[in-house]
Amino acid sequence: MKWYTKLILPVAAVLIWEIAAILVNNPYILPRVEDVFAVFLTPFADIYGSGSLVSNAVVSITRVVTGFVIACVIAVPLGIILGRYPRLENFCDGLIQILRPIPPMAWVPLSLAWFGIGMTSIVFIIVIGCFFPILVNTIDGVSRVKKSWLETAKIYQASDRQVLSKVLLQAAGPAICNGLRLGFGIAWMSVVAAEMMPGASSGLGYLIMYTYNFGQVHIIIAGMIAIGIIGIAADQLFRILQKKKFAWEALDK
Amino acid sequence: MSETDWDKVWVKVEHATKQFFTKKGTVTALEDVNLEVHDGEFVCLLGPSGCGKTTLLRMIGGLDAPTSGTVEIDGEIVDKPSPMMTMVFQEYSLYPWRTIAENVGFGLEMMKVPKDKRAEGVAKYLELVGLKDFGNSYPYELSGGMRQRAAVARALASEPAVMLMDEPFGALDAQTRNKMQRELLEIWEKTKKTILFVTHSVDEAVFLADKIVILTPRPGRIHEIYENPLPRPRDRTSVEFASLRKKVLQVIEELEQENANL
Repeated sequence: MKWYTKLILPVAAVLIWEIAAILVNNPYILPRVEDVFAVFLTPFADIYGSGSLVSNAVVSITRVVTGFVIACVIAVPLGIILGRYPRLENFCDGLIQILRPIPPMAWVPLSLAWFGIGMTSIVFIIVIGCFFPILVNTIDGVSRVKKSWLETAKIYQASDRQVLSKVLLQAAGPAICNGLRLGFGIAWMSVVAAEMMPGASSGLGYLIMYTYNFGQVHIIIAGMIAIGIIGIAADQLFRILQKKKFAWEALDK
Repeated sequence: MSETDWDKVWVKVEHATKQFFTKKGTVTALEDVNLEVHDGEFVCLLGPSGCGKTTLLRMIGGLDAPTSGTVEIDGEIVDKPSPMMTMVFQEYSLYPWRTIAENVGFGLEMMKVPKDKRAEGVAKYLELVGLKDFGNSYPYELSGGMRQRAAVARALASEPAVMLMDEPFGALDAQTRNKMQRELLEIWEKTKKTILFVTHSVDEAVFLADKIVILTPRPGRIHEIYENPLPRPRDRTSVEFASLRKKVLQVIEELEQENANL
């Protein structure tokens, strides 16, 4: 497969969209491709007093990164401990399994009740959203570290700290990184959804909800495309990191 | 290396018993094992699978504790891996995220040996095992035999007195295995290490060992410690080699027979 084969369908979709837009002939239902494209040509222009495409994107990214970092700081060490001590993991498993399937959005009312409207609430939703994929993947990665690798470290007089940094984190690295990638993906979806909730006043989710009130469908679609592009970019970043840092994992069979 | 001191006892196992407690009941893996390994000796632990020979090696290595009895290395009771010894596992013990040189230097790194001194040791032992051009390769780029050579180099690099080897060539094909055995003997003669080697191959034990420790099937007991009289270098195709191999094989087969009749 050549790289450009991946582009065939998106290009076809844009063509069909353009033809459909011409036929529909109603920008409140389906705007023309060039109208949406035009929004990206003026990324810093204010949109009906809600800020620009870029400023709202920056707000969303800041929230996601804040929540993501908080979730990492808690979930990665906890995952390492639980992965290392199966009995403790067994003890905590019930709670993890009950909380894990609750979608981040279901936490919105509780979050509003606890933290009110604002940054804290949204960050809380993001933390909840990416916490479990990071935790579960870290536990999995750490618990599957080969026993012979750990015993080798003991034989060579490695301290607990050396076992952690030179063996456990290295060996579980690919799984942890995978958890971070999945977690970030969920965090990104959560932020957009959280920003569409009543009370939000900035962010890409807010922007597309707000412009809906003005019937500006071309801005809605431009906002959606921006959300998609940022999501892909973040995902690719994690993939590149995974490939560069953990090339051994795919090759060591 | 200093002169070999045959009176020096590196490993001393006294009345060691190892039991595993499972849901189905108690399994006695080893029963009342007594063993001494002297300086510079090449000792093979030989027995059918499940006889507890690996368990015995792991107890000496400080990875498992005996249920009763004691294990001493250089006069000190073993309750964790001793810096006097290293262990070579059957496979999967090299770290795939480290180059061969980084793997060989692992022990020295853990002991916080400075980088330049570490590089010296790594180079010396890579050369000794014939891997000096592969320092920058990763384990997955090497054959099984080369990987085990690297594992041996890693074990030697931390300059232990005793090297424990748990069927290190068990996963290799017959030809590579024979070659590795010859190389290991060369290294042993050069470095004068004390080696305790677990195997289930009679051929391997007869080829390598000064002393062959024959263990009984579960519960593992020492049936006999056989002094290997064959002069080195040993010739696998010689009549003497064949007759000794036959003798040891008969002992093992009798033990298995007895076990089956129980």
